[in-house]
Amino acid sequence: MTIEIPSPAQVTRGVAPMPQHKPAMPQPLAKPAAAPNPPSLPAVKAEIKDLRFYYKNFEALKGIDLPLYDKQVTAFIGPSGCGKSTLLRVLNRIYELYPDQRATGEVLVDGENILDPGQDTNLLRAKIGMVFQKPTPFPMSIYDNVAFGIRLYHKLKSRELDERVEEALTRAALWNEVKDKLRQSGLSLSGGQQQRVCIARAIAVKPEILLLDEPASALDPISTQRIEELIAELKSDYCIVIVTHNMQQAARSSDYTAFMYLGSLVEFDETESIFTHPRQKRTEDYITGRFG
Amino acid sequence: MSRYARRRAVNILYLGLSMAATAAGLIFLFLVLWALLRNGIPALRPELFTQATPPPGSNGGLANAIFGSLVMTAVATLVGTPIGILTGTYLAEYGQRGWLAPIVRFVNDILLSAPSIIVGLFVYQIVVTRMGHFSAWAGSIALAIIVMPVVIRTTEDMLVLVPGSLREAAAALGTPRWRVTVQVIYRAALQGLLTGVMLAVARIAGETAPLLFTALNNQFWNTDMNGPMANLPVVIFQFALSPYDDWQRLAWGGALLITLTILVLNILARFLTGWSNRTT
Repeated sequence: MTIEIPSPAQVTRGVAPMPQHKPAMPQPLAKPAAAPNPPSLPAVKAEIKDLRFYYKNFEALKGIDLPLYDKQVTAFIGPSGCGKSTLLRVLNRIYELYPDQRATGEVLVDGENILDPGQDTNLLRAKIGMVFQKPTPFPMSIYDNVAFGIRLYHKLKSRELDERVEEALTRAALWNEVKDKLRQSGLSLSGGQQQRVCIARAIAVKPEILLLDEPASALDPISTQRIEELIAELKSDYCIVIVTHNMQQAARSSDYTAFMYLGSLVEFDETESIFTHPRQKRTEDYITGRFG
Repeated sequence: MSRYARRRAVNILYLGLSMAATAAGLIFLFLVLWALLRNGIPALRPELFTQATPPPGSNGGLANAIFGSLVMTAVATLVGTPIGILTGTYLAEYGQRGWLAPIVRFVNDILLSAPSIIVGLFVYQIVVTRMGHFSAWAGSIALAIIVMPVVIRTTEDMLVLVPGSLREAAAALGTPRWRVTVQVIYRAALQGLLTGVMLAVARIAGETAPLLFTALNNQFWNTDMNGPMANLPVVIFQFALSPYDDWQRLAWGGALLITLTILVLNILARFLTGWSNRTT
C-alpha cells in the first residue's frame, strides 16, 4: 500500500456534498492540489521510494513510498511491530550499527539518495538528528552533553560554544532549569529533563530533519506536555518525524500522519483527515481502538 | 501445615543456610587477617622499608623486595593494561561480525585460567634461556601475560554492559565510531574498567610461581632490570620456609604489606570512581 492515488470516487466525495471542504488526499509532491485551500503547500524535504527493509531474511518494510514535508510534523502510527520505528531508523541509517540489517530502495533528502553506499553516514547523521524513546544522556556534564555534537564538527571559541549551548538549551525549554548547574552530570536530572537535554543535544548540531522515536513514552504527563509544546515550537525550523504509540499525541502534535501495518503503509494524509475520516477500514479500526 | 507456613519455614531454612555459608567464608577471611596482623605488625619497623634482605641472623628489611615488586608490577600493568583494554574493546565493540573474535575470546579464557606456573615456565623458555640469565624484564613479561587476560575479560564484560542505546545516541549525532567508544562508552564503563585493572594488579601483586622462573630473587639492592630482582612474593616464599626466626618475621611483614597494598588500591579505586561520577 502506498500513497493513495485519488480515485474519481474520492475526489467527488471530497468536493461534492461536504460543507467543510478538506483535501482528502495527500498532496502529491509539489503539485498543488488545485484547491484554493492551503495558502502555501509545504515543500518536500525527503522522499521515500519503494523502501524495503530486512532483518536477516525477514522483510520488515515492504515497499514504502512516502513524502516528508519541511517545517511540518509527520507522525508514524501503527501497532507494535508494524515497522514504524524501523522506518525511522532507516532515515539516518542508524540500523547499520547492526549486522544482518539492510535496506533497499531510495530515500531522497534534498534530491540525494542517502542510502547510497557512498553517502558519509557521519555527515548524514549530523544533518538528520534523532531522539530516542529512553533518555540517553552521556555520562558527562549537562554542558558537555549539549556541546558534544558541536565539538565534533566545529572548533569554536569557548564564548561561541557557550552561546550555542545556551541557545540549544533555551530552544529545548530547559535553560532556566539548568543554567546554574551546567557542570553537573546529565545523569543527575529527572527523566523529562534528561530527554530535553537529548533534544537540546540533537538540535545543537543544527540538523535539518529531526527524528523522534516515541520521545515521550517513558515520561510522565507533564514532561510529555512539555515535549509536545517543544515539538510545536521546533516545527518552524525543522522537518520533524515522530513515531508514537499515543494516538492523542499524534492527533495533537502532527500535521501529517502515516498509518502503518505489518510493514506496509496503509494510509498517509493530513492528520486531521486521518483522524476524522480515514479512507481505509484498517486505519479507522486502529484509531478508534478496535485493534492494535 | 498450610502452604504459607511451609513457605515461611523453607524461607527461614534457606536464609539460615546462606547466612551460615557467608559466616563460614568470613570466619576464614578474618582468621587469615588476624594471623597476618598479629604476626605482621611486629615486623613493620622502619628498617623493613630502608634495608635490604639480610643474611640469616643479622638485621635487615625488605626494601629491595618492595622496590622489585613495585617496579615489576608497574611495568607489567603498564604493558598489560593497554593491550588488555584494546583487545577487550575489539571483542566488545568490533567483534560482532566475523570469526576472529570468538577465537580470541576462547583463547583468552584459556589463558585466564592457565596456572600461573605455566606462564612462568613459558617466559623462562622464551626469555630467560635466550638471555642466559634471570631478569626483572622476564618477571615483568610474565606478570604482564597474567594481567592481559584479566583486563581483556573485564573490559569486554564492562563494555557489553553499556546499553546499546548509548552507542546509538552517540552515533546518531554523527560521531565517528572511535569517538563513540573513547568519549562515551569508556566513560560510561570507567568504573568497571578501573576495577578490572585493579583486579589484575591485585592478582599479580601476590603471584609467586611466574617470578620464581623469571626474576628469581636477589639478596641485594638492584635497580637493573636486566638482572635478577628481589620481590615480595618470592622472598616471602623463601623466608617463610626457612628455619630462621628473623627471616620468618620478615616474611610475615611482607605478607601483611602486600595485603595492605591491595586493600589501599581497592579503596583508591572506589574513591577515584566515586569522585569521577560526581563531577562528570
